[in-house]
Order: sequence, then C-alpha cells, then structure tokens
Amino acid sequence: MSLTTALARLLIFPGLLFAVPAAWFFLWVERKAVALMQGRIGPPFMQPFYDFIKLLGKDVPVREGIGGLLMKAWPLLAVSSAAGAVALLPVLPAQGGFQGDLILLLALLEVPSMCIIAAGFSSRSIFGEIGSAREAVLSVSYNIVFLLAILSIAVSQHTFRLEALAGLPATPLRWLGVAALLACLPAKLHINPFSLPNAEQEIYAGPMTEYAGHELAMWELAHGLEWVAATGLVATLAAPRFALWWLAALAFVALSFAVVLLLAVLASATARLAIDTTVRFYWHCTLIFAVLAISSALIMRFRS
Amino acid sequence: MKLWKRLMCTCRRRSPWLFHMNSGSCNGCDIEFVAALTPRYDAEQLGVLLQGSPRHADILCVTGPVTRKAADAIKTVYAQAPGPKAVVAIGSCPATTNVFIESRTLEGPLGRHIPVDVFVPGCPPRPDAILQGVAKAAAILAERADHPPAAAPVIKPDAVEVQR
Repeated sequence: MSLTTALARLLIFPGLLFAVPAAWFFLWVERKAVALMQGRIGPPFMQPFYDFIKLLGKDVPVREGIGGLLMKAWPLLAVSSAAGAVALLPVLPAQGGFQGDLILLLALLEVPSMCIIAAGFSSRSIFGEIGSAREAVLSVSYNIVFLLAILSIAVSQHTFRLEALAGLPATPLRWLGVAALLACLPAKLHINPFSLPNAEQEIYAGPMTEYAGHELAMWELAHGLEWVAATGLVATLAAPRFALWWLAALAFVALSFAVVLLLAVLASATARLAIDTTVRFYWHCTLIFAVLAISSALIMRFRS
Repeated sequence: MKLWKRLMCTCRRRSPWLFHMNSGSCNGCDIEFVAALTPRYDAEQLGVLLQGSPRHADILCVTGPVTRKAADAIKTVYAQAPGPKAVVAIGSCPATTNVFIESRTLEGPLGRHIPVDVFVPGCPPRPDAILQGVAKAAAILAERADHPPAAAPVIKPDAVEVQR
C-alpha cells in the first residue's frame, strides 16, 4: 500500500470523511432504537451532530501543568486511533491491505479504552478513578475472549490479513468466533448491560467527569468511531461474498447496521450489572466458549 | 462566520443537557423532574439528556429553597458548569422559598446566589411545565451564544429579597 492510498483510506474512505457521519448515524440509530423500544419518538436524526457542534462551542476549564496537557492529549489519541482502525476495514474488496493488518486493527481498537483508563486517572477526580478502575478490570476480562475469538478465526483460515479473511468462505468455527465477538461488543462499547465504566449517574460520568467542551466532543466522536470500527469488524467477518463491489459494500453497511440494532435492543432490554457479575460472566461463560473455539481451530490447523 | 454562529445557535437550542441539583427540596419537585424525563414525556425529542457531571451540562435544574448547607454547594456547581449555561428554578421554593419563608435555616431564594433564567412555579409543577421551562431556557441559551454576558454576573441581594 503506497503512502497516497494509505492517506486516502485514512482521510476519505473508509476513514474520517466517511466514518464521522457514519459514527453520528450509528449513535443516532442506537438512541432511536432504544426510544422505539420504550414506545417513544426519540431524538431527531441530526441529534448527534447537534450535540457535537454544541460541545465544540462550550468553554473548557483552564487546567495547568502536565496533568492538563495529558488531559488534552487523551481524547485526541482516542479519536485518531479509532479513525485508524476504521481506515483498515476492507469495505470495498480489492482495496489493498497488508499481511498482519488484523493485528494492527486489534491494537488500534484497544487504544481508546486505554485512553479512557488514563484519562480517568489523570483527571484526579474520585469518580474518574473509580470509572477507570472499572474499565481496566472490564477490559482485562473481555479482551481475552475478544482476542481468542479473532485468533481462532485467523488460525483456522491461515491468515492475518483482513481482506483475505473477508474473501474466504465462512466455516462453522468462524460463526462461533463471530458469536464470541458479539458477546464482547457491549462491554467494548460501554452499553448496557456492561455500561460500568461510564455508569451514568451512578458514578457521575466515570472517567469523563472532568471533561467539558471540545474535549468531551472528541470523546463522543471517539465513541462513535469505535462503534463503526467494532461493528465493521463483525461485518467483515460475517458478510456474505459478492462479486459485484457495490453489492459487497452494501452488504457490509447493512450488516453493520444490523449489529448496531441488535446491540441497541440488548441495551434497552437490560439493566446495568454489577462489576463482579460482569467479570464472572466473561471469565466463566464466554472464556470457556473462546477456549473451545481456539483449541478446535488449532486442531483443524494441524490436521489440514 | 455568520453561518457558523447561526449553526451554533441552532445546535445550542436543540441539544440542552441537564444537571439536576437539589438544594434542600422536599423531594416533590425532584419526583416531578424525574417524571419529566421518563418515556411517557419523551424529553429526548427536544435533545434533552440528563448528565451525571455538571461539566457536561448546559442547563442546571435547581429544586428546593436553598438551605444554609446547600448555598455554597450551589455556587460551586454553578461555577463548575462551563458556559454558556442557563438555570431553571423548578417549583415555588427556589423562587420565593414558599412555605419555608423566614426559616432560620434558609438562605434562599435561589436568585440571591446564582442568576436564574427561567422560573417554573408550582408546588410541585407538572412535568409538562418543567419541560416547557427547559425548552424556554434552551432558547435563551441559544440567544446568549451571540451576546455573552459579563464574566461575573452581578447579583444584588436586595433586588430579589421581596418578602424580607
């Protein structure tokens, strides 16, 4: 991949120019779906855009010293890494990519959550620290399942290249991995029943408690981009193959949309669990699932 | 530049985020305020979201007659909310201290401590009235975008002290 195509992918498609409206759209779909489930009309179509612009126009409290600089840096780092993760998604077939881009995508997907942990601790707010501690515990428990699920898919199909993975036919093992991924997404995107780190009202706003104005707008944007990247990853692995490029792109977008709807329905149907229940869920139930997936993937690999 | 200002004005009007503060209320207004945010009244149509942190809020919704203990807390939280911001006083207590008038434990009404933009009278007010007050405050907030007030609003204690 040359520098020009890499820049085009990062900035235009499927990078920032495409991903930012997509992020707002997904945030709206989530809120609207929850509203419809509760029998109300819900926010207007442009609501995430209004929120973002309004936050850009608000004052930011003056913070001094290295702590203040760090607090400014975390949201920018989160946004740029989430945008980079989106840019790696093979939305259009035959777009390029390189061996090992799956590993880079996983690493970039992990950066926003690390930024949230660091932001909560550097804000020095007690609520931020509680939220960060919860995020750290949560990410340790769901990430093992998340990584094992992806690893089992990659190992069974002999490649760490996203585009090659997307092109290969789906096996039963792949569906098992996708199901494990879906189980991790609510925790990764901080929605019910695993909305523990931000836990609205319960611990004020968690790691975001001290953020205001354009910094908060960047966090919102990073969250939206995480939605696009995470649902896009599932769509890449689960979308059916089509020869026509526009049909493939359409299938990708439709599948991401379906995943967002599924997660929104789950979020509105459940209440927040306690941290110990959540951790137990990931360690007991889904870890067994993921270990089964990876061991069968390894066996398949040595047999073939 | 003008277009950006108009866009900002619209966005401020369409996205009021609330922070709920209790300054020693009897809990009646708080129940009605929470009722206004339930699915039945669907405040999210107006873009309203209840926020956990005053740093995220545009509109502070204050209930209660401002007890002596709450007075400093109210000023702190008001200072923590980033501008531009508006204040909605919910119920009769923050407006006039209501039945608690001339109590030794009060430092109300609310107007003595922070500038109030909208009063929603009632004991308690109906959820519809609270939502109307919030919508009005959002419109005031949007107007304020072009005409920012002086850095420190001047409150004259005797201007609002009617009954004392």
